[in-house]
Amino acid sequence: MTVRYSKESIIADLESPIADIRKCYATQRSAIMPALYLAQEKYGFIDETAYQAISQILDVPEIWVFELASFYTLYNHKKIGKYHIQLCTNVPCMLCGAYDLMDHLQTRLGIQKGETSQDGLFTLTTVECIGSCDVAPAMMVNQTYHPNLSKERVDELLDQLTKAGAESSTIEEPSAIEESSVRKSSSIGIKP
Amino acid sequence: MSELVLLKHINHPDSTNIEYYEKTGGYQGLKKVLKDYSPDEVIDIVKASNLRGRGGAGFPTGMKWSFVPKDDGKAHYLCCNADEGEPGTFKDRLLMERDPHRVIEGMIIAAYAIKAQVAYIYIRGEYSLSIEKITQAIQAAYTRGYLGQKLADTDFSLDIYVHKGAGAYICGEETALLESIEGRRGQPKLKPPFPAVSGLYDCPTVINNVETFVCVAHIFAKGVDWFTSIGPKDAPGPRLFGLSGQLKSPGIYELPMGIPLSELVYNYGGGPVTGEFKAVIPGGLSAPMIPASGLDVKMNFSDLAEVSSMMGSAAVIALDETASIPVVARRIAEFFSHESCGKCTPCREGLHWATKILNRIEHGHGHPGDIAQLEVLYRNMFGNSFCALGVGAAWALGATLKHFRHEYDALLTQQSIPVSNRSSK
Repeated sequence: MTVRYSKESIIADLESPIADIRKCYATQRSAIMPALYLAQEKYGFIDETAYQAISQILDVPEIWVFELASFYTLYNHKKIGKYHIQLCTNVPCMLCGAYDLMDHLQTRLGIQKGETSQDGLFTLTTVECIGSCDVAPAMMVNQTYHPNLSKERVDELLDQLTKAGAESSTIEEPSAIEESSVRKSSSIGIKP
Repeated sequence: MSELVLLKHINHPDSTNIEYYEKTGGYQGLKKVLKDYSPDEVIDIVKASNLRGRGGAGFPTGMKWSFVPKDDGKAHYLCCNADEGEPGTFKDRLLMERDPHRVIEGMIIAAYAIKAQVAYIYIRGEYSLSIEKITQAIQAAYTRGYLGQKLADTDFSLDIYVHKGAGAYICGEETALLESIEGRRGQPKLKPPFPAVSGLYDCPTVINNVETFVCVAHIFAKGVDWFTSIGPKDAPGPRLFGLSGQLKSPGIYELPMGIPLSELVYNYGGGPVTGEFKAVIPGGLSAPMIPASGLDVKMNFSDLAEVSSMMGSAAVIALDETASIPVVARRIAEFFSHESCGKCTPCREGLHWATKILNRIEHGHGHPGDIAQLEVLYRNMFGNSFCALGVGAAWALGATLKHFRHEYDALLTQQSIPVSNRSSK
């Protein structure tokens, strides 16, 4: 079955949720960013067809939609893998070995930074500081944080994800380390 | 400090739950405010507490609120800056994930003080769990009558909405943040007019950091005297210090300001992972690094300014002797270059070139005039960038040259490639 994807279908899908979001703001224009997120959540990426649909729903110039979609980095402009791996390589993570992990991830996945694996399972990118500096190095897989990484931990995780990805056709994240349990054991407010 | 306050409930399994929050005294401060104080009295109390913003600039919070015009007939807005992106900083994420009602309570008190009826909390898009916990907390606050129409039988009404950022460090700059909520690219605007006079939708707007709102909630729960009894007079109250990088016990520590940096990194941070410390970045990546010889400086706005650095977000990043300063500098330049909004030439072009030059120095292809070129670049960026991004970047990069020139020289003369930053801890 081919997936229906056109300006009209996007309008039909998103008109009502965008109208709800619009109520949170004083202007139509403010609703563009959340509208782009809604489109991305639904289709996995946003493209010109989505810009046109959003522009029509909110009755704003298409360029207003495009200039946001092109400025903010969390909007994806093409289909990405089922698991989006974002490794932080900013200074605190770099000092704790993030570059070694990037090398390792690229070797294991057989792709370079910015690419998606052939089976469509993994997209590998870097991300700037995700606020996990005390549990560095860290990365995100979709919306889940993975702190205190080592090569072994990355291998374990990739195995888990590959298995889960092969078994199911819907996006499901495997049991990730609950960061809360990790943070409990880190040094919150302890005195010497 | 005898007792943890900001972190007191962080590890309780029910800390995000409104029943637990109320049972442990939550929303009592707000009730007192709505019952006993006028908006002006609330501002006076915050002024008396001498609370200074916890985002980076350290501006006095009560004074910021007092700049909002009275009875001007316009709508007023409140924004919580939860776009925590300064590398090394992770305190706001912890507060939102583990104590979200404290943030909401502080925001409601602030909105009452400045007569705002709508508030936004701008959370960076990468912070999914923060968005989830804050959204749940807002919903719970509505069901309990802390948000909505005519709160506690007063004429005060308030709605709070979450605006999710989409990956732009610059949106932590307050005018860029407002541009972003208005549906524009996050590019800073000229000040004045300051947001307190003309901010969101050209209306008076106050923007405060997450931890600042948390402090507000505690001040109204525990009193001004409690707050001012902690730490130095000109910067009182508890503060969250985030320790990261090459030290043995990274983490979040609640301490008074004024604590010596050495005590932070040795007594709390557990000392360097390998050998000795080489340098410490005291306030997030844009704060100039302090060489190990200067670690006796006190973590205070004024003391850090004296050694040409800053308190920033109190994010302390430690570098031990295995760290290569030119590599760290390259990564700093890369980050700021990536995050430059592109509006002004010194920042956009300067950081692009600095990154290129630092890259070739790192890889043993540096040119003889590169150091002089970098110095000119930094000077021009520092003096001419439109907002603090370019200024901070130039300042931080300049410090690496000032204190560790010999490491650059070694790379330029020996043509060796530093590999130390590539090893795991």
